[in-house]
Order: sequence, then C-alpha cells, then structure tokens
Amino acid sequence: MKLQYEIQGGDFSAAGRASSEVKKTLKQLNISPQVIRKISVALYEAEVNVVAHAFKGDMKVDINPDRIFVKIEDEGPGIKDIAKAMEEGFSTATDEVRQMGFGAGMGLPNIKRNTDEMRLTSVMGEGTTLEMMVKF
Amino acid sequence: MEKVNLKQLTDDLGFACLAGESLNEVYPESAYVSDLLSDVMGKAQAGMLWVTSQIHKNIIAVASLKELSAIVVVNERTPAPELIEHAKAEGVIVLASNLPAFETAGKLYNYLDK
Repeated sequence: MKLQYEIQGGDFSAAGRASSEVKKTLKQLNISPQVIRKISVALYEAEVNVVAHAFKGDMKVDINPDRIFVKIEDEGPGIKDIAKAMEEGFSTATDEVRQMGFGAGMGLPNIKRNTDEMRLTSVMGEGTTLEMMVKF
Repeated sequence: MEKVNLKQLTDDLGFACLAGESLNEVYPESAYVSDLLSDVMGKAQAGMLWVTSQIHKNIIAVASLKELSAIVVVNERTPAPELIEHAKAEGVIVLASNLPAFETAGKLYNYLDK
C-alpha cells in the first residue's frame, strides 16, 4: 500500500496531520501498538523538521506485509553537517520555533531510535531527503 | 495500589476539564513533565498524563500520537478555543491546573504514588 502527503513549510497548525493519517491506516492493518508508536514518533519528528526548516516537502509511505518504508523529500536550505545534525541537543531552529517547544535537537535522534534503518542525505541550497524503515 | 480514574483525580486535585469525555474510563498511573515536544515524543510512555505550559495546537498531535491519557496545562494558562475544538475532534483530554508546573507535578506525584 502506498500513501503520499504534502507537507507545507512553516505551517505548524497542520504539523502532525500526515503522521496521524499513517497511524490510523496502520491501526486498521492491525500492526502491533508498540510498532505503531515507534513509527508515529519517527514520522512526527520528520514532519516537524520539514515544517520547521524547509519550504515544502513530500512524504511517501510504502507499507509492505512485514515493514514500512518512508521517504521524505523537502525543498529547503539543506543540512550543512549531517553528523552534527544527528547529535543530541544540536539544532538550527529559530527562536520562534524553540519557544513552541521544538528545536531542542532531539528530533533526529528520536527518529534514529525509533526506526530500524534511517538514511539522511542533503544538498545545500536544494533540500534534504530522509529515508527510514521500520519492521513490523 | 488502587487504580484511580481520571475523573476522580481531576476532582480531587482541583483541575478543570477543558476538553474530553469519559474521564472515568481513563486510569493514569504516571505523568511526564516537559515543555519540549520532542522530549515528550521520545521519552513519555503511552497512558501518561502530560504536564506542560505549552498551549499551542501542536500539543494535541503529540498527545494523540503518543496516546497519552491527558494533557494538564499549568499555571492558569488558557488555551485558545481552536485548541479545545481540535482536542475534542482528536479525542484528546485537556485538563487545566491553576498551579505552576512544580506544584502540579508534586500533587500528582503524591496522588499517583498512593
């Protein structure tokens, strides 16, 4: 099963919508609640990253019988130093975003912890692509 | 420990219920205190109460995705009507405490520890 969602940069009021939709679908497929919770965390963090940092993004979800693949591609500033971005506590979020309780530098580590595979690639000035996989 | 439902807890601790029904069917056993959304996403466990001073709409998505039992907004902060509507639509319980986070967490800790 394939699903696709558009994510609008800067639109915090809609952040989490795609993650919620995927979660509902996984529930209908009777995936274990523990696995659904892991996927939900990873998807939400990925969605918020697009909202907080990029102009727009696109989430493609591919649900197989034994695993889920997700690819999130955004058009945005890109990530200068991916290893640095993966460090707990490092963030380039604006003060406005931080005041909302985002930008604590925990998003990418949360994704890493809640997925079986994660790949982050970026081209400066063009955008960032995040791929992740979780086994059911 | 005797399980206590959220309706009883809300009455005993003097919280106000801003959104949510069937509080007597929810049995929280613990709580998490944080204003960082990714901290809650990463560390809170399903079924926990979430004590926070954040009152923007994104807290509803976090509570819903993490399956937290309720959000407890502290310090007499008043969420906008849109947040309450959103909470109701998503089935998220929102409570309000007129005390700051420290006192709210302290009361909850003692109450849930009984």
